[in-house]
Amino acid sequence: MSRRGYRKLVNLLALALSALATAIGLIFLGAILWTLVKDGIAGLSAAVFTQITPPPGSTSGGLLNAIYGSAIMTLLGILIGAPIGILAGTYLAEYGRKSALSAVIRFVNDVLLSAPSIIVGLFVYELVVVPMGNFSAISGAIALAIIAMPVIVRTTEDMLSLVPQGMKDASTAMGAYPWRTITSIAYPAARSGMVTGLLLAVARISGETAPLLFTALNNQFWSTSLKAPMANLPVVIFQFALSPYENWQRLAWTGALLITAAILVLSIVARTVLSKLGPGARSR
Amino acid sequence: MISAEAFARQLAGQRLRERIFKGATFAAAVLVLLLLGGVTVSLLHGAWPAFSRFRLGFVTQDVWNPVTDRYGALAAIYGTLVTSALAMIFALPISFGIAVFLTELAPPWLKRPVGIAIELLAAIPSIIFGIWGLFVLAPVLQESVEPWIDSHLGKLPFVGALFQGAPYGIGLLTAGIVLAIMVIPFISAVMRDVFETVPDVLKESGYGLGATTWEVIWKVVVPYSRAGMIGGTMLGLGRALGETMAVTFVIGNAHQISASLLAPGTTISAVIANEFTEATTPLYTSSLIALGVLLFIITFAVIAAARLMLLRLGRRAFGSA
Repeated sequence: MSRRGYRKLVNLLALALSALATAIGLIFLGAILWTLVKDGIAGLSAAVFTQITPPPGSTSGGLLNAIYGSAIMTLLGILIGAPIGILAGTYLAEYGRKSALSAVIRFVNDVLLSAPSIIVGLFVYELVVVPMGNFSAISGAIALAIIAMPVIVRTTEDMLSLVPQGMKDASTAMGAYPWRTITSIAYPAARSGMVTGLLLAVARISGETAPLLFTALNNQFWSTSLKAPMANLPVVIFQFALSPYENWQRLAWTGALLITAAILVLSIVARTVLSKLGPGARSR
Repeated sequence: MISAEAFARQLAGQRLRERIFKGATFAAAVLVLLLLGGVTVSLLHGAWPAFSRFRLGFVTQDVWNPVTDRYGALAAIYGTLVTSALAMIFALPISFGIAVFLTELAPPWLKRPVGIAIELLAAIPSIIFGIWGLFVLAPVLQESVEPWIDSHLGKLPFVGALFQGAPYGIGLLTAGIVLAIMVIPFISAVMRDVFETVPDVLKESGYGLGATTWEVIWKVVVPYSRAGMIGGTMLGLGRALGETMAVTFVIGNAHQISASLLAPGTTISAVIANEFTEATTPLYTSSLIALGVLLFIITFAVIAAARLMLLRLGRRAFGSA
């Protein structure tokens, strides 16, 4: 074979393999979604949203307490994590943009962003659960807040950095103090990007299981107390999926479908909000 | 017109608010720093009883016996390293292929939807990968893939032991595959972002000399983006090492070190997830937290190295996953 023919063959082969790799990635996504829909819909009924998790062996029951618990702890996690995250991101982007301390904080934040979530669970166990003496919903919310925070710090900083300096200078020239410039000029200009960050943080923590295993634990009964263990979808899915009861397994798949659907919708909404900012603003 | 007095008052109010706001942002930023310190201190504190009791034996022995209250982490460390290595072996070529496809090959109308689909794979919670791995992937591996591996690869000289054994369906290999599926979106996203930073002029010079698409990728794009590719890969590795739920479902949770990849094993994170709420003695709990310390050290080193590499590229736009 000629040298040219050989090079063309190699090229064709390499490109075919890269297309194959993409196909493999998409097939896995398709396979997972297909299983979720097939097995999740089978258990979907009104009872899922109106009844609490059943005792072993029961043939009825739903996921009401788990859905409630997940919603409450995710909400609390964001309520705790968002203000701190936004303020810290503001410091990094505005006040301390070039300081050495900021460089360190930025690096630490990036490490926290990828740190294993089970470590966060252990940390909150030591910090909150041990002093309190029992597992509780509030400790679960704190664990989720710690996981959400780095995401919010990062997107806030990135989005504030995209606000044109000229706009901020104009505000300063009018005699505004930095806090006024930031809250009245920079925040509104960066709003859609910051909202995206919050949505992605919600998506990230609503499926987290490991940090809840020994903070919020689980609760087979209806409980709204923040000082008591609270049911939540991920841990219920974990326990029910590994159980020998058919009814529990069916509920696990339904829970898995609900949580994945919610997260995918959130991610897509977040992307749509972000795409309005145009190219160059992407930050996951 | 306001009086000088009122103006002074207003100015003072503005100054006060400035101080409060600036102080609050500073405090929040420092809190991020303290968080990492707090994690380190509290984990070391919790792990102290185990470390002082078993000393170096904690990482060199593979006894894990709650009945006699003796704990050694070697089996879990082994499982963590092997499953992550397997994951990288599977994920690297596929991620590279996806990044090449997305940047050089895909027509514009296909680029965006495929890119988004791969990113959605990254958004799926790890527990979903876990139940899917256990109920869908494991049976497939058990019935068709593993028997084939055992009867064909198992006969190879030298490396045969790696591929021998009964097909359980769950074990190191299955965990490696599930981890690979989970890290593919992260690695390919970083690689794609780095590939996109390669200046068109460089690529066009390659094409101008008559290079094929593959030659441009291999001899221009890859050398140019080497640091970013390594950084992205290590970010994926950091994720694989610390991943908990997906692994817990499919690893088999056996405290043992086997030569075979088909055998069940365990990982650091899987042990913590499975046993923490069942730990009956203080030393047991402390040993599990000590496992957490080991995991923290391993992942911190990998993630920090990855971040430093990506940071040195001077572009903070990618790899935030």
